[in-house]
Amino acid sequence: MSPATGAAGVTLVAIALYAVFGGADFGGGVWDLLASGPRARQQRATITHAIGPVWEAHHVWLIFALVTLFTCFPPAYADIAAQLNAPLTLALLGIVLRGAAFVFRNFGEDVPALAQGWTVVFGAASIIAPFFLGDAVGAIAAGDYAWTSPFALSVGLFAVALCAQVAAVFLVRETREGALQDDFRRRAVAATLAVWVLGALPTVLAWRTVPQLISALHDPAAQVAVVLAFVFGLVVLALVVTGSDLAARIAVGAEVVAVLGGWFGGQAPAVVPGRWTLATAAAPDATLTAYLIAAAIGSVLLIPAMLLLYTVFKGPGADLGGS
Amino acid sequence: MDQVIAARAQMGTSLAFHIVFAALGVGLPLLVLIAEGVWLRTGRRAYYDLARTWSKGMAILFAVGAVSGTILSFELGLLWPTFMRYAGALIGLPFSLEGFAFFIEAIFIGLYLYGWDRLSPRAHWWCGVPIAVSGAVSAGFVTLANAWMNMPIGFRIDHGRIVDVQPLVAMFSPPWLVEVLHATIAAYVLTGFGAAGVCAFALLRGSADHRREQVRAGLTIAMVVASIAIPLQWIVGDLIARFDADNEPAKFAAAEALFHTQRGAPITIGGIVGADGVRYAIEIPAGLSLLVAFNPNAEVRGLDTVPRDERPPVAIVHLSFDAMVGTASLLLLIAVGWVITALRRRAPARPLVAAIALGAPLALIALEAGWFVTEFGRQPWIAHGLLRTGDAVTPAPGIALQFYAFSLLYVVLAVTCWWLLRRVGDHPLSEEQPREVAT
Repeated sequence: MSPATGAAGVTLVAIALYAVFGGADFGGGVWDLLASGPRARQQRATITHAIGPVWEAHHVWLIFALVTLFTCFPPAYADIAAQLNAPLTLALLGIVLRGAAFVFRNFGEDVPALAQGWTVVFGAASIIAPFFLGDAVGAIAAGDYAWTSPFALSVGLFAVALCAQVAAVFLVRETREGALQDDFRRRAVAATLAVWVLGALPTVLAWRTVPQLISALHDPAAQVAVVLAFVFGLVVLALVVTGSDLAARIAVGAEVVAVLGGWFGGQAPAVVPGRWTLATAAAPDATLTAYLIAAAIGSVLLIPAMLLLYTVFKGPGADLGGS
Repeated sequence: MDQVIAARAQMGTSLAFHIVFAALGVGLPLLVLIAEGVWLRTGRRAYYDLARTWSKGMAILFAVGAVSGTILSFELGLLWPTFMRYAGALIGLPFSLEGFAFFIEAIFIGLYLYGWDRLSPRAHWWCGVPIAVSGAVSAGFVTLANAWMNMPIGFRIDHGRIVDVQPLVAMFSPPWLVEVLHATIAAYVLTGFGAAGVCAFALLRGSADHRREQVRAGLTIAMVVASIAIPLQWIVGDLIARFDADNEPAKFAAAEALFHTQRGAPITIGGIVGADGVRYAIEIPAGLSLLVAFNPNAEVRGLDTVPRDERPPVAIVHLSFDAMVGTASLLLLIAVGWVITALRRRAPARPLVAAIALGAPLALIALEAGWFVTEFGRQPWIAHGLLRTGDAVTPAPGIALQFYAFSLLYVVLAVTCWWLLRRVGDHPLSEEQPREVAT
């Protein structure tokens, strides 16, 4: 394996982990905004309780992916940052407001006007951030940086739906209260259907407007990934309905990874199709090697720390919110 | 607005905002650990309450620091793509390591803030240690990248292309050690005087009578940290100035407003900086030569050794430098006053408490002014001698609009933060009860 392939692998792992865990936190914001029914308050409490201890750690996956990209593939990163300045800046505003609003509303919860205002900002920002990140991904995958194209925008919508689906599936296990669990189960089912509809939309649009993307999907790896994504979606539905909540979490994570696999597989070895490949974008081997060694050492600290975080807050015996 | 000015304004505002939260993110965990540690050892309730109060402040400040830091990591590329294209492979390594330090910080801040009732008191205290360590370490890594911008090394230029890239050499550019020390100690100076100032202000207002013991304990802990940090900062500041005199003469000459290379160079304080000299300044004859070389007749290089189009903006660098040194002098005086009082085992009298309250804004000015010196002092370069700031800027449209949007965002974040922190300080702790300490 060449150092460039290794660095690309690390980038993809970081993006996948951010999509699953960071995506779940954004999706939590979506359901916070859409909290409704007799248990709206408890829904929000469950979401706050679930996100609180972990969102900052999850957020670092984005920083990590970004840093890996500019260290290991600097010209591609510079090109993407210059060409997609607008959608990335909008995503950034969403990311910043989401994090700040989440903390502000929690600490200001006894001042209703303030808490309500920041709650709306929290929810809206949780939609804006994944929408524009998805939009930027669409504009990169199409290879034309056309972030206002219907195709790129449809990828943005799809990204929001994915976040909402992951969050709903994750949230079922964040409470022990049956009625509240059912609220999130219903949301998980609805979001899975939304994922299918909004996943079909970019495919149809690509068919008409981005032919090279469709030809990329002739790649067997991409085809397998897309089929797997759909199958995992079915599995998620089955598991959510039958109450196998832990297995459903794993299945929805696998679904997101399969979706990303379709994207990566479809455009590999291009970093930006038609513009940058791993070979043309890669930093010198000295940098890539130093980076990979640093990443290996860093992982030795990171992995046990992350496991400790999950054990304390998500493991058996962790007290759950929403009641 | 000119594209370069707009991009610089946006980057500068973002940094000036983030640096405060970054510094507090380095220093506050230490203060909280000391407070919680005293509680664990002595069982004195005021220290537990203090740790809880400070950790609430830490929750707010850390979140705003994390998101404002994200702005910067995006803006490196969004505003300066050409810089990142050239420098990414060279300065990416410290940023990557910083990424891991940030991970550790974020994970343990989750454990610490939400673990008060879930972990044993001792395990909880230990969860704070990685926050304090990785906070300082990550600030150090970021400063390594800044050191490289001041003296880019670890590569060769061949036909306009960067070749022979050596990332480990680039990571430790000559100024790395003095810069890392200066930046890290600055964090403890700001946090120490900042937290002490807040406590002092509460004592002056008399608003903290219901938690007087807690506030006094906070003032003591914060002043201990501040009183250790500020003399160290003077020593490191002296080292960095002498390093700059030898290695970054343009920045040094601008800071000292020394236009002409001369023997027996004076220290110039304040004044009105013109195109070729300073008027109405206070001058200490031969002072600069004495400081730089311990010899009043030593020659010091002035701005005339630097081509005109490579000189930094002298007025702002010089006045920022004076602001930094001036505020740092006052901070040193405050620390000395407090240490003398503390050694005589007396409670600080009201004038000293007032001076300590004033220390908080002074420390903030010192931090920002110091940052101004190094950043404006490097201009017109983004990477000294390698790439000019004006050549690194993005071609993307709408940067001026972004500058206004982000400035507005910073105002909203700062005001909300301020308001929430005041509430954290004013409201008594009602429901928080310590868990039993296992003995």
